[in-house]
Amino acid sequence: MARYLAGRVAGVVLILFLVCLFTFIIFFTLSPDPAVMICGKTCTPERIDQIRDVLGLDRPFFTQFWTFLAGIFAGRDYGSGANLVHCAAPCLGYSFQTNQSVWQMVVDRLPVSATVAIGAAVLWLLVGIVAGLVSAVKEGTWWDRAAMGLALGGSSIPNYVLALALQYVLVVWLQILPFPSAVAFSDGPVLWFQSYLMPWVVLATGYACLYARLTRANVIDTLAENFMRTARAKGLPPALTLRRHALRPALTPIATIFGMDFAALLGGALITETVFGLNGVGKMAADSINKNDQPVIMAVTLLAAFFVVVGNVVVDVVYTRLDPRVRITAQ
Amino acid sequence: MTTTTLPPAGAPVAPATSARRIAGALLHDWAAVLGSAFLVLILLMAICAPLISAITGHGPNDFDSAAIDTDLGGLPRGSLGGISAGHPLGVEPQNGRDILARVAYGARVSLLIAAAATVLTTLLGVVLGMLAGFYQGWVDQVICRVMDFLMAFPALIFMIAILSSLPSGNRSVLLVVVITVFGWPYLARVVRGQTLTLVNREFVEAARASGASTGALVFKEILPNLRSSLIVMTTLAVPGYVGTEAGLSFLGVGVAPPTPSWGQMISSSVGWYAVDPMYFAVPGAFLFCTVLSLTVLGDRLRAAFDAGEAS
Repeated sequence: MARYLAGRVAGVVLILFLVCLFTFIIFFTLSPDPAVMICGKTCTPERIDQIRDVLGLDRPFFTQFWTFLAGIFAGRDYGSGANLVHCAAPCLGYSFQTNQSVWQMVVDRLPVSATVAIGAAVLWLLVGIVAGLVSAVKEGTWWDRAAMGLALGGSSIPNYVLALALQYVLVVWLQILPFPSAVAFSDGPVLWFQSYLMPWVVLATGYACLYARLTRANVIDTLAENFMRTARAKGLPPALTLRRHALRPALTPIATIFGMDFAALLGGALITETVFGLNGVGKMAADSINKNDQPVIMAVTLLAAFFVVVGNVVVDVVYTRLDPRVRITAQ
Repeated sequence: MTTTTLPPAGAPVAPATSARRIAGALLHDWAAVLGSAFLVLILLMAICAPLISAITGHGPNDFDSAAIDTDLGGLPRGSLGGISAGHPLGVEPQNGRDILARVAYGARVSLLIAAAATVLTTLLGVVLGMLAGFYQGWVDQVICRVMDFLMAFPALIFMIAILSSLPSGNRSVLLVVVITVFGWPYLARVVRGQTLTLVNREFVEAARASGASTGALVFKEILPNLRSSLIVMTTLAVPGYVGTEAGLSFLGVGVAPPTPSWGQMISSSVGWYAVDPMYFAVPGAFLFCTVLSLTVLGDRLRAAFDAGEAS
């Protein structure tokens, strides 16, 4: 197990390094000169040279890349002499737009993204798995067909279309909910809940439909297994056979998919956060891309890759706990 | 008591996955028929986009100041987003561009990008997946590592980062390239897995023993056996790519204006949803119905192929 984990962690580090390298190459070769962008309209050649010097843009590619990597683990210094600015350990640079520490920006916005992701996850697991279970047990009935038809439809709505439609119906037309705005929990739990309700529903819809279909297929497959026939043959009531024998093998694959989906969402729900104006990592990504704020884009890409890759490892390790047939053997 | 009637010995038994049986199964499914009909309609609309413009007299980028009310901040005149005889689906607020013409021209962009991305991902996925499964060893290792790497990437953010930093040349081509680069591993993984099992089957060994060339093995023995899963996977990939293109255009890194695309139309309607809901509802409905039709069709195709394998 320890050897297996060591191997996986090495893989994580390698992939994150490659993500870093590729993103860096893209910005280094393709993007417009950041010094010109920071400098703005009232710009002199001396000022551009100064910015280049402070940011280290005049140095060769690998030096810049190395400084960036070293900054994440050991911090780095910008400029020299009187202008020296020290950026402490997890240093991802400073935003070209606001001059804020990128690490601080990420830390500030992560709770919002986590709130969106956790709320949506609770919703889609609950709705998706219950609907899938009922459909599987009542396979072929009108309920099954209606639920699966709805699931196909729901997974086909792009979430920004759903977001606009929901906002129009609930806010403008029926006026049940207030206009969406970023509300903190301290502003009152009811208002907080109302402001996150639509993002949760919008984000959860697609996943809930997918999970309902997956759960249904898995449960139907499991119900046809020999051990289920044995359980029924020895006289267990149907509800008990389902709960005691079918749920675990049927839901284990769902758990792994859930781990991956959830990890990806922690890196920011780009479209949902943008449409509802929630100040999370996803909206920060969209904003930074529109303004070509390279340090922020770099940080968001790395953060998203980090969650995906680490989520992958966690899922594989948890899988061995959920499914006793799977054993980790060091290769 | 039940009796199963077996076909008499020697009677011709239809091959399990014949095109005719699949078509028959789809024709008996009203959802598949409806979906196909809608897709044909969209295709016709895309092909006949210039004709539609000629009939209504409005091009996709023609401003129509008579159709909007400047006193109300440029809202369309009339109810339901300015629907009238001249503008069957209404007009855009502020500039009065005809929504029907823009939806029709937008369909061209969306479908062309999705189709091109599907063809390219399929090509790349089949070639690399079969290479990995057929030769195994270090070829397999290299291809698998590349696939793992690409699938671990935060694809959406990375696509946006690339698209936003690239000079805005031919956006459609860039979109296809970016979608293909991140899309092929999902297909290649399945192709590789199936090729791995096929390579060791008796009929492939028999062909190899009787001296068939590598080319014959690949194209006559293995590829035909991948056909059904390829058809299903590509059908299910198209709606994904339609959605991706629309999503990227929605986020402002897709097709550059004034070229219309569905995602971009919805994106520009965000500020108007409260006062002119038709502005997002029309392109949104077209996008939804197209994705739904393709998904239903792929789903039913898979069911038909699976039923064929089970029988």
